[in-house]
Amino acid sequence: MNTASATALTPAPPAAQYRLAGDLAIWIFILAELLAFGVFFSAYAFTRAHHVELFDAEQRALHRDVGALNTALLLTASYFVVRAVQAAERFAARASSHWLLGAMVCGAGFIVLKLFEYGAAFDQGVSLSSSPFHMFYLSLTFFHFMHVILGMVILAALWFGARAGRYQPGDMNGMETGAAYWHMVDLVWLILFPLVYVIH
Amino acid sequence: MQYKSQAVAMPYFIAAIGLFVGQIIFGLIMGLQYVVGDFLFPEIPFNVARMVHTNLLIVWLLFGFMGAAYYLVPEETETELYSPKLALILFWVFLVAGALTVLGYLFVPYATLAQATGNDLLATMGREFLEQPLPTKLGIVVVALAFLFNISMTMLKGRKTAISMVLLLGLWGLAIFFLFSFYNPHNLVKDKFYWWFVVHLWVEGVWELILAALLAFVLIKVTGVDREVIEKWLYVIITLALVTGIIGTGHHYYWIGAPEYWQWWGSIFSALEPIPFFAMTVFAFNMVNRRRREHPNKAAVLWALGTGVMAFLGAGVWGFLHTLAPVNFYTHGTQITAAHGHMAFYGAYVMVVITIISYAMPLLRGRAANSEKAQVLEMWSFWLMTIAMVFITLFLTAAGILQVWLQRVSDTPMSFMTAQDQVALFYWMREWAGVVFFIGLLTYLASFFVKGEAKAVAS
Repeated sequence: MNTASATALTPAPPAAQYRLAGDLAIWIFILAELLAFGVFFSAYAFTRAHHVELFDAEQRALHRDVGALNTALLLTASYFVVRAVQAAERFAARASSHWLLGAMVCGAGFIVLKLFEYGAAFDQGVSLSSSPFHMFYLSLTFFHFMHVILGMVILAALWFGARAGRYQPGDMNGMETGAAYWHMVDLVWLILFPLVYVIH
Repeated sequence: MQYKSQAVAMPYFIAAIGLFVGQIIFGLIMGLQYVVGDFLFPEIPFNVARMVHTNLLIVWLLFGFMGAAYYLVPEETETELYSPKLALILFWVFLVAGALTVLGYLFVPYATLAQATGNDLLATMGREFLEQPLPTKLGIVVVALAFLFNISMTMLKGRKTAISMVLLLGLWGLAIFFLFSFYNPHNLVKDKFYWWFVVHLWVEGVWELILAALLAFVLIKVTGVDREVIEKWLYVIITLALVTGIIGTGHHYYWIGAPEYWQWWGSIFSALEPIPFFAMTVFAFNMVNRRRREHPNKAAVLWALGTGVMAFLGAGVWGFLHTLAPVNFYTHGTQITAAHGHMAFYGAYVMVVITIISYAMPLLRGRAANSEKAQVLEMWSFWLMTIAMVFITLFLTAAGILQVWLQRVSDTPMSFMTAQDQVALFYWMREWAGVVFFIGLLTYLASFFVKGEAKAVAS
């Protein structure tokens, strides 16, 4: 299992250094999550092909700029998480916890913007039954929204751990496991945003 | 056996196996009624045979789960059971109530039974699998609560492990979701919702927690693999099971009058329901391959591996077969459903209960494992029952495909009964496979009585 994860890296490190970052269990979980989103995205594409005009019109009504801002927030959060991991790897527990706090602020920003977006949509009568596009828009973004919330809980746990000095070189499993989950949440949004908000 | 109070598991296991035999006899009767319509009529009409077949299954699995909990929890918590006496009293209450209910089904017309047991005060009867009269339903709640009290008190005073916590969560969920059976609204759509809140959230929700916990316990014991490794898998499996299983309830909302988006939600999430079962199979084989000891109880290891494979096939693959809304539009309520139901119940729940019985029973009888001879016989019963179940499933699937075609897809659709006549050959073959299953079950019973040199108790 360890060897597979490193095949894309060049130059390949010596065999003894092949290592899966984080716990194997989280990777099984991440793959299952990606599969769930993947199936949802395929269903979206399939339905869109049957209702192109409807989807185009309703996609245009979405707040694309808010979506772009949210993309920036999640990317920044992911960058901060990377810095947190790097900080912990050089015994800088304090810096690590600061980076994690920054990531959580970005995540919270995403959640606030999303809530405003939902509020505006509900005011316009958008619901799961109002149109096929709305069904997918709400389902996909809300399913992802729940993942951001779970990701925030995990970041909070890492933050407590980092403050307690739990992560350091040789003992990075917990930090890497949580970071991998957060990057998955970010990655899904990077597909979701263009798919639902941008591509006509 | 490490704790004296684990002995209360024994009567539960014996009752479970006894009721299992009853369940299969009624299955055979009903299987024959599919092709010989007036067999045993009017003494045992088809609807009664069916009710007894399914109700006995549920009751014996509950006996199995309770016995398993009484065996597992003292060992996991490293303390004696809070009250072995309460466990024994509950055993008799549950057994007598169960027997009276079945006798009621058999000897009193269902409508009369409903009238005599206060169904006019609180109407709860008549729903598939939840046919029990009100006093029985109340009895189930009382027994379940007292059982949970006993188990929870034991947990509170002892060591808390992931396995026992997951088991307890599953058992509490089982009791809580059963409460929906007391609400039977007049609105048929709502009625179906609450019915599925019991039926689906049991077998594709909380029962999976029980299944995973029991499997994990036996695997720790027979393989000697580190607890941390097994617990990590357990967490992943139950998370996947709950995420897919709970939203997957949507696959029952397609045609009952619920909003259309359920066809998407139900299809997508239930299409992922095989994943936790697949993880369970990988888990079981992985742990056995990494075993640190050769446990003398080979039969228990076989049942544990069998559970992984058959649960994946029956619940995972055969469930997926008809879970997507466009497919289910044609297949719902046909023999495809029956095929899935048979292999899923056998592969997941029957087999896990037999796994724990197979592991625990020799220990309860004072030896690490049964004699070679007894184990060989038990393994024979494993293969007879499992292969017979594979054939039952295949024949029902064939019957189902034909039924869907004749009755729902063809340009000149047949009526239900005409289509049934056309698939009779498959019903006959299913019945013969059922006879083989019954022979397997008798072989299983016989394995308990085979003498021979037993293995000494492991320390």
